[in-house]
Amino acid sequence: MALLEVKNLEVSFALRHGDLVALNDVSFTLDKRERLGVVGESGAGKSVTGFAVINLISKPGRITKGEILFDGKRLDQFSEHEMRSIRGNHISMIFQDPMMTLNPVLTVGTQMVETLRAHRKISKAEAEKIAIKKLELVHIPSPERRLSQYPHEFSGGMRQRIIIAIALLTDPAIIIADEPTTALDVTIQAEIMDLLLELCDAQDMALMLITHDLGVVAEVTERVMVMYAGKVIETAKTIDLVRNPRHPYTKGLINALPGHGECDQENRLQQIPGTMPNLTEIAPGCSFHPRCDYCQDICRSTVPELRQIGESKERWVSCHLVGKGQL
Amino acid sequence: MFAFIVRRIIQATVVMLVIGFIGFSVKHQLGDPVRDLVGISVSIEEREALRQELGLNDSFLVQYGRFLKNAMHGDLGYSFFYKRPALDVIFDKAPATIELVFAASLIILLISVPVGLYSAIYPKRFFSKFAMGVSIVGVSIPVFLTAIVLIYVFAVQLHWLPSYGRGETVDVFGWESGLLTIDGLRHLVLPSIALSSIMLPLFIRLIRSEMMEVLETEYIKYAWAKGLSRRRIWMVHAFKNTLLPVITVGGVQLGILIAFTILTETVFQWQGMGFMFLEAVERSDTALLVAYLVVVGALFVVVNTVVDIIYGLINPTVTVASR
Ligand SMILES: Nc1ncnc2c1ncn2[C@@H]1O[C@H](COP(=O)(O)OP(=O)(O)OP(=O)(O)O)[C@@H](O)[C@H]1O
Ligand SMILES: [Mg+2]
Repeated sequence: MALLEVKNLEVSFALRHGDLVALNDVSFTLDKRERLGVVGESGAGKSVTGFAVINLISKPGRITKGEILFDGKRLDQFSEHEMRSIRGNHISMIFQDPMMTLNPVLTVGTQMVETLRAHRKISKAEAEKIAIKKLELVHIPSPERRLSQYPHEFSGGMRQRIIIAIALLTDPAIIIADEPTTALDVTIQAEIMDLLLELCDAQDMALMLITHDLGVVAEVTERVMVMYAGKVIETAKTIDLVRNPRHPYTKGLINALPGHGECDQENRLQQIPGTMPNLTEIAPGCSFHPRCDYCQDICRSTVPELRQIGESKERWVSCHLVGKGQL
Repeated sequence: MFAFIVRRIIQATVVMLVIGFIGFSVKHQLGDPVRDLVGISVSIEEREALRQELGLNDSFLVQYGRFLKNAMHGDLGYSFFYKRPALDVIFDKAPATIELVFAASLIILLISVPVGLYSAIYPKRFFSKFAMGVSIVGVSIPVFLTAIVLIYVFAVQLHWLPSYGRGETVDVFGWESGLLTIDGLRHLVLPSIALSSIMLPLFIRLIRSEMMEVLETEYIKYAWAKGLSRRRIWMVHAFKNTLLPVITVGGVQLGILIAFTILTETVFQWQGMGFMFLEAVERSDTALLVAYLVVVGALFVVVNTVVDIIYGLINPTVTVASR
């Protein structure tokens, strides 16, 4: 049994002019210690997927269909109170922008201790001891002193290390990292990513890495799920997906990577023409068809199912044409 | 801290100089100290001689200089009505006003914080909508109307509370306090409610809108993601950040509250500086008017300094010194 299993998840935002379906029939699994990448362009629904797992979708959004199973338990049916014992305890999140994530008026120590004490019955002193240990793990020098400092006394990279340390406090089973390095200086992005991976390995944690950078996903994840307009359109072992993308959209993404596919000098970053549709105005049929080079009649009329393709059990694609001799 | 104090003193000095200048200009234009000093029977020649003697024919600047010099020695002129130094008169009246402002601020604090937070957290609930509606209406009701309604209902009709005067007061080291007797406190109720009603709606709305903004931030979402309790998120994470802008605005508003005591004290015959000020205007007691301006200006500076210190204590990114 997978550690986390999401089945047919639907998330809607109740907007004034009707419901906006942000996630439509999203299913995936995450095993113990596994590293899953979630990619897709802006607005595809990656963050909503991450937050849905801990039932923390911002208003007016909510889960309207589907199941979320963690350790066999239906998280989607948990009460707010029960959910609180999961969040930050068994499933930790790392947000995108470390400059915005920590509370500016509370010391780092307070923000670490409160997290531990929300989930464990321990004293402040014990909590501080654990906090110091975790800060050492993320290579923060002289952590005892740092506990009494405020977020603004740290650089962006340091803050993201602290946020990683906070995520580690309770030894969670899963870390959901939503673009953990995008807001950082390019020079330290790799450093932070390496640290995160090293710690996930050392602490037996599964990682759900949300990003729109397929390059990062190719380097660090074992499996990847490609999202488009609120749907999973392809999922596979990372290595297979990068070497042999099947969905036309994924092909486009891979070709856009430097040093891949049809990428030549003149056309160094091949972009997929067009933009992702607004979720309120999705055309009938396959949501990608207006941008697809291979588009046929069936694509305009019928929504494709996510189907298993080829010999690998891990490879699923949502395209009418794949595996039918056409693609 | 030292730099902060020095800067504060310089700021205060500049503010006081400006207020002093305004006060003096008023006095220079309106007041006729000769009239204050002599009776009708004194002839025009004698008056002119007195003017010369008092230096009233000197240039404006020379007179201003003299005014400043005297002010430094605590001499803001002589009230011809009370036949006492103006500053002494003010100091006798100040406790009444300060206690009134203090009580009104307390009421504002105790009501606006819970109501503002509640209506930010539950904006759709009936009580929140009700509070918002009332506060919209409340902003536009003038203070004397509130005061008259309060007097009519609670004093005239119900006979629950006294409607004028300070009641029984106790002398505490020269400070005439009405806070220590039941009678004094009973007298304080209606005036302080009337005074607080000016700012209360504004504070409720301010706290609500700041809190709502804070609740949308990333760090609050992160706090939820850490599995903290609602209480902790609302009362510690969100409230502390809400307080910062509220304190900044609050400091200024508290100063304005002092100005509003003039109206409130008059309606309730409250023997404070505001009541005295209106009387002084009627009597053209210019020395008293100037002294009032200077003392209120000084109060302003003190209040703002205290507010800045509190702000610095809550906001770690602003060291007190840099404000
Ligand atoms: N608070 C909200 N109110 C209304 N709609 C929302 C809200 N949050 C998200 N959505 C909708 O959900 C869609 C998916 O948003 P999401 O944040 O998951 O995108 P993303 O894939 O994470 O994009 P990005 O790469 O920009 O972070 C958005 O296109 C938007 O239409
Ligand atoms: Mg996102």
